Amino acid sequence: MAEMNMVEAIRDALDIKMAQDRDVVVFGEDVGYFGGVFRCTAGLQEKYGKDRVFDAPINESGIVGVGIGMATYGLRPCVEVQFADYIYPAYDQIVSEAARLRYRSAGDFTAPITIRTPCGGGIFGGQTHSQSPEALFTHVSGLKTIIPSNPYDAKGLLIAAIEDDDPVVFFEPKRLYNGPFDGHHDRPSKSWAGHPWGDVPQGHYIVPIGKAAIRREGAAVTILAYGTMVYVAEAAVAATGIDAEIIDLRSLVPLDIETIVTSVQKTGRCMIVHEATLTSGFGAELAAQVQERCFYHLEAPIARVTGWDTPYPHAQEWDYFPGPKRVGKVLVAMMEEI
Amino acid sequence: MSEHGPLSFNVPEPMGRPGDEPDFSYLDVPRAGTVRKPPVDVDHQDIRDLARTMIRVLNRDGDAVGEWADPVEDETILHALRSMIRTRAFDERMMTLQRQGKTSFYMKCTGEEAIAIGQQLALAPGDMNFPTYRQQGLLLCQDYPLVDMISQILSNANDPLRGRQLPVMYSSKKHGFFSISGNLGTQYVHAVGWAMASAIKGDTKIATAWIGDGSTAESDFHAALVNASVYKPPVVLNVVNNQWAISSFQGIAGGDSATFAERAHGFGIPSLRVDGNDWIAVYNVSRWAIERARRNLGPTLIEWVTYRVAPHSTSDDPARYRPRKESDAWPLGDPVLRLKNHLIKRGLWSEDRHVQAEAEYAQEVKAATKKAESFGVMGGGSTARDIFDDVYKDMPPHLREQRQKLGV
Ligand SMILES: Cc1ncc(C[n+]2csc(CCOP(=O)(O)OP(=O)(O)O)c2C)c(N)n1
Repeated sequence: MAEMNMVEAIRDALDIKMAQDRDVVVFGEDVGYFGGVFRCTAGLQEKYGKDRVFDAPINESGIVGVGIGMATYGLRPCVEVQFADYIYPAYDQIVSEAARLRYRSAGDFTAPITIRTPCGGGIFGGQTHSQSPEALFTHVSGLKTIIPSNPYDAKGLLIAAIEDDDPVVFFEPKRLYNGPFDGHHDRPSKSWAGHPWGDVPQGHYIVPIGKAAIRREGAAVTILAYGTMVYVAEAAVAATGIDAEIIDLRSLVPLDIETIVTSVQKTGRCMIVHEATLTSGFGAELAAQVQERCFYHLEAPIARVTGWDTPYPHAQEWDYFPGPKRVGKVLVAMMEEI
Repeated sequence: MSEHGPLSFNVPEPMGRPGDEPDFSYLDVPRAGTVRKPPVDVDHQDIRDLARTMIRVLNRDGDAVGEWADPVEDETILHALRSMIRTRAFDERMMTLQRQGKTSFYMKCTGEEAIAIGQQLALAPGDMNFPTYRQQGLLLCQDYPLVDMISQILSNANDPLRGRQLPVMYSSKKHGFFSISGNLGTQYVHAVGWAMASAIKGDTKIATAWIGDGSTAESDFHAALVNASVYKPPVVLNVVNNQWAISSFQGIAGGDSATFAERAHGFGIPSLRVDGNDWIAVYNVSRWAIERARRNLGPTLIEWVTYRVAPHSTSDDPARYRPRKESDAWPLGDPVLRLKNHLIKRGLWSEDRHVQAEAEYAQEVKAATKKAESFGVMGGGSTARDIFDDVYKDMPPHLREQRQKLGV
């Protein structure tokens, strides 16, 4: 075991896979010599050489497109898009090419590419360094979409993603790179040191894709969250004292619907928390699936607490995404429904 | 068995990394005044060499020489020098502001001041720049209010953009400054479309597009070039080659294989490569390209060769990826010093006036900063109510409901 923050855990995963498998290559803007603007790839070029870890031109469609080409040859590229906000230029390559290659060639060609990208707000990043575009990818068949919430999962899920034979979009909540987050902007950020999920096993292990984690067991209500919002949910539960069960989805597609259904049938209530905007967000999908499977168990309407339906603001970000107060208020209101 | 050896591919490397001696031997710097000036209606085929060489006017002695040394009015050139000093004072102060925790972020243009200020002074009211984040000079050489500019950086109650944009992502239609997108390259195409619209409307306004060397790799750069080549709208396509894109040197964007100016050749767009640290060259080449646009002669691409002296942004430490003293070794010098020496030589300026101007602008920026801070710092003064306006022209019911939920 070793104390790691999420950046170190991601680097460790890449290091282990590169050492194990010569087919793993890593590239993206500034990831080579410099080791990435968030330092996730620091030291890898020195260790594995320039033909396996290198800087890419600022051209996201090129990064993903080149990665797809390599993957079809038989390599396992793990590319970085510097911010999730810059994944849009690559969207066509991800959606029209990576996602469908296996299907349209009847399995003749495949693109096992992993696309890592930092997402989410809370760091004063403004509109172009804060977005959570995961729903845009969950809507596309042929892709897997993953969002870890802690160093332990980040490492195990990233190794699983690189080993996966399908294209994976791997979102890294940048607010969690250095420590967990309690949703309050006026409190100093904590470090992962001493946190149970900052304690990361050395060497190779995987966290299976498609398996959610129950972060807190409870009987009164089920909260579905992922990434940063897991901590906001925890803080809201602590503040209200409501006996909620918190489920960290970890993987949105494939979704661990069984764990969700078992929990909601037990608690009779379901709340969904995400940072992305409400309308057509992943919460809508969750609500629909829970409703289909748990309707007769529900004692209150399913609630969604999310970012507002506006672009991401710079100065007002703490009013934009859900915090413990907003979540707590809805939790309390849900418990009052009969 | 193949008769060939194993294949290889190339990952370009810069001339120097931390600990190395700076080395700019890849850069050919012709003597000032040696590159010819063609007529504005020249055929692009006849100036292909101008995309490879470098147009320079100011020589080592501070004289403006050669065919590109068209006379510039005293008033204009003095305004340019003052604006460059002012821009530097502004950058210094804003950097401090970020270090004091009063703003989240800042980006300097140190060493590149001549480019924005040279081109803006050659433009006419009504023309539209589609800038990136390193052209603060476009606003600072116009009458744009300093307090508003700093308020944007502070995201405070006086911020014209109501706290919504990252600091330095200004917007002012009135000053020909299109709202900046943080997504690199996207607006290069917009400039082409705007220029086409001006032509469709029978107007006389032209557009300018701005992009960095690194961002020329974006597909949108190529989309802009193909559209400019087909429709030949009145647009000036600027590439600011400051050698670095965060930690990646210009070779990672393909700059080692061909100059950025040469990329225009495949599109049949006339293209020039210019010393961007030479204000007179910037101004006169801009005038040439703008004249072409206004006379319906179509687009021009200009590569401005310069150096990013400052860190990429306040989140960056260039000592981690380039030789520490690299900016001192930059062969094209400091644009402010070069123009200053020229003006002193012409008897329009003096060392004393320079020192005085530096103090004056430092003072002006300081006072404006103080005033701006009175409206709030680091988002202070902006309100959560501002989140919901301007998403649509009229606020739809679901946003009204969400605003109520937030209780603002
Ligand atoms: C589409 C997109 N990809 C990546 C980024 C992140 N990014 C911001 S600035 C930058 C470097 C740009 O370099 P260059 O175009 O040379 O301009 P310079 O900063 O040198 O002025 C990068 C990669 C971005 N803003 N947008």
